[in-house]
Order: sequence, then C-alpha cells, then structure tokens
Amino acid sequence: MLTNKRLILAHFWLAFAVFGLALVLGAWQMFVRSPLNIWHFNPEFYYRAVTAHGSAMGYVFPTLVAMGFGYAITEAALEKPLVGRRWAWAGFLLVAVGAVVAMVPVSLGLASVLYTFYPPMIANPFYYIGVVMVVVGSWIWVALMSINLAIWKRENPDKPVPLAMFANVAGSYLWGWTAVGAALEILFQILPVALGLTSTIDAGLARVLFSWTLHAIVYFWLMPTYIAYYTIFPRAIGGRLYSDAMARISFILFVVVAMPIGVHHLFADPQVGAGFKFMQSVFTGLVALPTLLTVFTICASAEIASRLRGGTGAFGWVRALPWQNPIMLATALSLVMLGFGGAGGLINMSYQLDTSIHNTQWITGHFHLIFGGAIVIMYFAIAYDLWPHLTGRALESFGLMRTQLWLWFIGMIITTFPWHYVGILGMPRRMAFYDYADPAISPQAFSVSISAVGGLILLSSGILFLIVLIRGQMAPRDEAGAYRFSVPIHVPARIPVALNGFGLWLALMIGLTVVNYGYPIAQLMALKETSVPAVYVGASR
Amino acid sequence: MSEQPLFSFRNPWFGASVGVTAAIAVLAALAGLIWLPLAQPDLKLNGIWDAICSAAGVPRASSQAASVQPDFKTSNVVMTSEMLTRPDQVSIGRGATLAQRCAICHGPQGVSDANSPNLAGQFAAVTYKELNDFKTGARVNTVMSPFAANISNQDMLDLAAFYSYLPRVPSGHLNGSLVAPLIVTTGAPMRNIPPCGSCHGDIDNKAGSPWLGGQSAVYIKAQLQAFESGARRNDISQQMRNIARQMTAEEIDEVARYYEAQP
Repeated sequence: MLTNKRLILAHFWLAFAVFGLALVLGAWQMFVRSPLNIWHFNPEFYYRAVTAHGSAMGYVFPTLVAMGFGYAITEAALEKPLVGRRWAWAGFLLVAVGAVVAMVPVSLGLASVLYTFYPPMIANPFYYIGVVMVVVGSWIWVALMSINLAIWKRENPDKPVPLAMFANVAGSYLWGWTAVGAALEILFQILPVALGLTSTIDAGLARVLFSWTLHAIVYFWLMPTYIAYYTIFPRAIGGRLYSDAMARISFILFVVVAMPIGVHHLFADPQVGAGFKFMQSVFTGLVALPTLLTVFTICASAEIASRLRGGTGAFGWVRALPWQNPIMLATALSLVMLGFGGAGGLINMSYQLDTSIHNTQWITGHFHLIFGGAIVIMYFAIAYDLWPHLTGRALESFGLMRTQLWLWFIGMIITTFPWHYVGILGMPRRMAFYDYADPAISPQAFSVSISAVGGLILLSSGILFLIVLIRGQMAPRDEAGAYRFSVPIHVPARIPVALNGFGLWLALMIGLTVVNYGYPIAQLMALKETSVPAVYVGASR
Repeated sequence: MSEQPLFSFRNPWFGASVGVTAAIAVLAALAGLIWLPLAQPDLKLNGIWDAICSAAGVPRASSQAASVQPDFKTSNVVMTSEMLTRPDQVSIGRGATLAQRCAICHGPQGVSDANSPNLAGQFAAVTYKELNDFKTGARVNTVMSPFAANISNQDMLDLAAFYSYLPRVPSGHLNGSLVAPLIVTTGAPMRNIPPCGSCHGDIDNKAGSPWLGGQSAVYIKAQLQAFESGARRNDISQQMRNIARQMTAEEIDEVARYYEAQP
C-alpha cells in the first residue's frame, strides 16, 4: 500500500538524474587519463570532475535511493501511510538544495578536494555546507524511520517487525551513527578553516574522524542491496526466503561491526598506533561474516525457488531458475561482483597485503566493483521492481532490461579488472596524467585503455537504464496491485525480543566505537603540536 | 514480544552477544597491543606497559642526547603557501632604498649579467627565506653572507617585497623555441625525481621554490652542483639535495641552459 508515491518517485528520479550526470563525468575521466587521449586538457578539470563524480555518487545518489526505498518499505511493509510526510519532503529538499550548493563551488574550481575532503586541502565553505545539508536531510529520514517503527510497534505489540522494515531501520541507524564522524570533521575541523577563522588544521585527527564515516558508509550504500536480496529476490523468482532469523542476524551484524573498522583506510597513516590498526583489522575481517551468511541464505532461497519450478540435481537446479527475469539476472550478477570485490577487500584489510596496493588504482577498482557493481546493479533491480507500483504503469521492456543489466556487469568487469591489475603494477590513484611513453609505466597503457572502454560500456548501460524508466513513465496505465515482500519458509509468529528491536545492538555499536576509536581520537585531540597549515584550493598563489 | 527483558543476563541473546563482542575485542586488544609489539625485536620495549603505549601510538619524547644533531646550521624558516603574498606599499618603498646596497651584484633593477641570481619578480617568500638562511648561516656564500649577517627581519621583508614588485625582465638569452627537457616536464620517476616544472613554475609553483626563468645558467648549474656535493644544505627536508644527487651531469647542463632561455 504505497500512498506517498510522488515522494518516493521524486527521490528515485533525483537519484537517477544525479547518477546519470555523474556517470558521464566518470566515463570522461576514464578516457582523459588513458592513453587514448592525447595530453591536451587542464588537469584541474580532472580533479573538478573527480570531486563532482565522487560527491554525487558517494553522498547524493545512494542516500536518495536509501531514503526513497526506505519510505516505500515503511508504507508497504507496515501497511500504513508514512508518518511525517512534510518532514520527508523537507529532508528531500535539503538533499536537493545541498547537492546544488555543493556542486556550484566544485564546478567553479573552488573545491577540487575530491569527495573524501583530504585535509589540509581546504575548499570553498559552500562545498562543505552543501554536503552537511545532504547529511542533515538524510538524518531527517533516519528519524522518520525510527519514529514510524516505534509507532507501529506500539500499535502491534504482539507482531514481529516485518523483515524489510527491520532491515531498513538497521540501515538508517547505521547511517545515522556513521555520518557523525564526517559531521564532526566538517563542523570542528574543516569549516572553521574554510571560513577563515583559523589557518591551521589537524589533518591527522580530521582523517581519523573521516575514517569513522568512510568505511561504514559503504555498508549504508549496501543496505538497499541486501534488503533487495532478502525481501525482493525470493518473491520475484517465485520462491521463499530461506530464513528470516538469518536475515535479521546479518543486518544486526552490520549494525554492530560495520562501523568501528574505518582505520584500515589509514594503515599508511602515522597518527594512529599499530595496535589500534590491528584491532580494527580484526573487526574488518568480521564484516565478511554477514556477507557470507547472506550469500548462503540467498543461494538457498534460489534453490528453493528452482526446486519448486521442477529443478533437480546437485547443481542442475541452477538451470531451472527464471533467468529471463531481470531481478534474477541482476541478483546473480551482483553476487558474482560481490564475490570478486569481497575477495579484493580481504586484501585491503590485511595490514601486510595492503602495503602493496595502498593508494594505487587497485583501491579505485575495488570500490567501483563493490559499489558501482554489486550494489548499484541491485539499485537498478529495485527500480525495475518498484516502478510499476510507483507509476501505475507497467514496465514491459524486459529485453532492454536484461541487455542493460548485462552491459552494466560486462562494463564493470572490463573497467575494474584492469584497474586492479595496474594497481598491482603500482599505478597511483588520484592523478590526472600518466606519461605512458615512459618505459617505466608503458606496460600499463594497454590495461588502462581497456578499462576506459569499460567506462564507455557502463555509460551506454546507464543511458539504457534511464530509457527503460522513461518508457515506463509513458506506458499506458496498468494497476500493479499491492507491493509485497518475500515470505520466509517459516513465517515467524514469535521472535526473540533481541531480534525485534535495536536497543542492544545500538549499545554494542556505540560501545565498540568507543573501544576502537576512543583512544586514537582523544590522543590526537589532546596533542597540541599536530596542526598543519591549510592549503586553500583555488586560492591565488 | 516485550515480556522478555532485553538488557538482562536472563536473556540469552544479551549474554551471548555482549560476551562474544567483548571477547573478540579483548583478544584483538591483547594481540594488537601486547603480543604483536613484543614479538617485534626491533622495537626494544621495556615490558608490557611500554608495549601497550607503543602500539597505542603514544608519542615518545626522544631524549636530546640520543637524537642526532646535524653538524651544520639548518634553515629555520617555515614556509606556507600564503606567506608574503600580500605586499604593502610602504614595505616596497623601504625595500627600494635598501636594495641600493644589493645593486652592485644583483643590478639596479634586480637583473644583472654578473651570473648572480636575478631577483626582479622573484617570489617574496623565496627572497625572504634565502636572506634568512644567509643570516643564520644555513646557506653560506663568501660574498653574500657578510651582507646578510646583521640585517633585521623588517629589512628582509622589505627587500623581498621590493624585488617581487619589480617586473621580470626578459633574459638576454631568451629562446622560446627551446624544447623543455624531459626532466623539466615529467621528471624521472624511476630515480625519484619529480618534474622541475612541478615546483619551479612551468606547471605549478610550490611555496619556497624560486622562479627559475631567465636565471643565469652558470648560477643554476653551480647551485645544483652545490646541492649534489652537500655544500649547500638549506633545502628543507633535503628535497633539492636528493634530486641533484640523482641528476646526471648532462641533465644539469640541460636544465641550466633551458631555464636561462625562458622568460
């Protein structure tokens, strides 16, 4: 029962419009820094484009998808209209206006600091203010998810919280707490410098605070994807979810251990002690657990669907799956990319192995494969699944959808595999220009060219995706009925109180944050001689 | 669902989750803060508390006796990108008067053919730093050091402001058709040499790096050789010494000729 369809559609359309623009920038960047381009552009434009691409794809696009999908889940799973509709619109406007406020200085070349900020580089203050507006807008969503869940629980004291809503609120809490790190960094470290109140910045402390956000933000991006795995995929292929409890435990594990692990991004930084790097490395390893649980549960759910359709044999059932179904295809391709990306991630989280790929193109390849690949392909699936219910018009171009999904998968593999490889060869990231005529790096030229072709394939897939949605918007009216989520094999009548709420898990999340981040942050705050002069981007020299 | 207490050891989920989380955290802390540092022979730790402090990243105050003191004066100027970028007119005027003392070598308009550095249009922070280094003895030159020995800070600021105010005069050896050597445009990554142009002006300018266009080739070559031999040591963090040591004699000649021919 979706009542606020315009609200949800507005989130999705803005998200995909931002995604389309940022995708063009991404493909352009792949091209200009490849050997296919003769060196004839201003490198400043490259850093502008990277900043815009990263800020749009990292902050605006997934946040809007999570918010829009979250509102849809709230209404469909709780079977009642969203409470706080005006607040939701206010949050949407904050995100939209914030995105524009941030992008203006970026396009003017006053904020080429890349989306991870990189202090002591300091951009125009409006860039940071825009990012803060996006985050505050999303915090309104976090609050609304929590409030809607609380109201529903009060009205339904004897029913278990529907899985989709449970997972959705888990994602919102994770984001609410995760965003605190970057918010502290911007408010107390960066903005005072950007506004000219001081001229030095504790770059080490700022980086530690950002790492608080930087890793768990990926799990926030991942949440809609995992929700789609558990609550859309089994229903879409005509099966049932293998285990409701396993799903809840996976989401709970994300809430507890996804956050206090960001220091593995700082393995090469001197301001954090080796002991804390080790501790956070251990917890990074633990995050593989919910993903492994998920892969198991989703494969088991697929097998159930296949056997219901007459699939037989130890592996023969794979053939009987409905491969013509875009959701089936998207989920399978997503899991393949998740597998490769996850394997690369295990290398990044290891102190020793990380040293050989730290700050190389391997890292860029890794997060594009995980986020751009495994996660975003499920955003497409979510849109395809939800669109008829939002627009009241059928999506019928199934061939186009399958082509789009395959192109995205192929494009992402062609883009990221050579990217990983040149990273192992030592190609640094965040650079506009590489002299491929130099014998030292000329062996990378071929791989980088292939990778740029992958970028163009991704762009064509992105365009197809928008065409499918626009065609859906113009199709004849056709009521899709109520939006449903998948049903588990054993529908839980009663579940333990721990699996029905978040009190315990939020306490553990905050407790672990204090254990893993408390001392490094306190020490850097206490040390007096750790500030360095700010480097103003775009300032006259 | 709510009859069962959540935060209570009667709830098995509470005990198990808190217990497992705490156990992992404690084991990780024991390994990361005690066992691993003690297992490293190079760390030379005095017991468990020392190991914990070391692994937690507590800064250690190194004793003065143990630290290696250089047997020469080091530069004590702190460079920032904003430094001396806003000159005031009074300072420029005072500098013009003071500069009469410098004209014999550096020319009345900051340009001369004496193979001493041309100062006209040089970044103020650069002139200020070099004057400072001559004064403290971080940079030594038979002719220049006595001039700088008793100069006041205000005089150095004024001179720097005056010379940066003067327009750059095209060099007598100007040759726009000279192709930039590779070492200037791309450096030599395999020898850890960044492009000259990435600090000295063609591509970008970094705080404290002089503008080299139109400088005498003899002077540039002499300075590179001085960096290479260690006779000149006022480059912060040794960056120019590290570069000059890696450059070949031909590359030094090439860049000296190239920069002399630039505007």
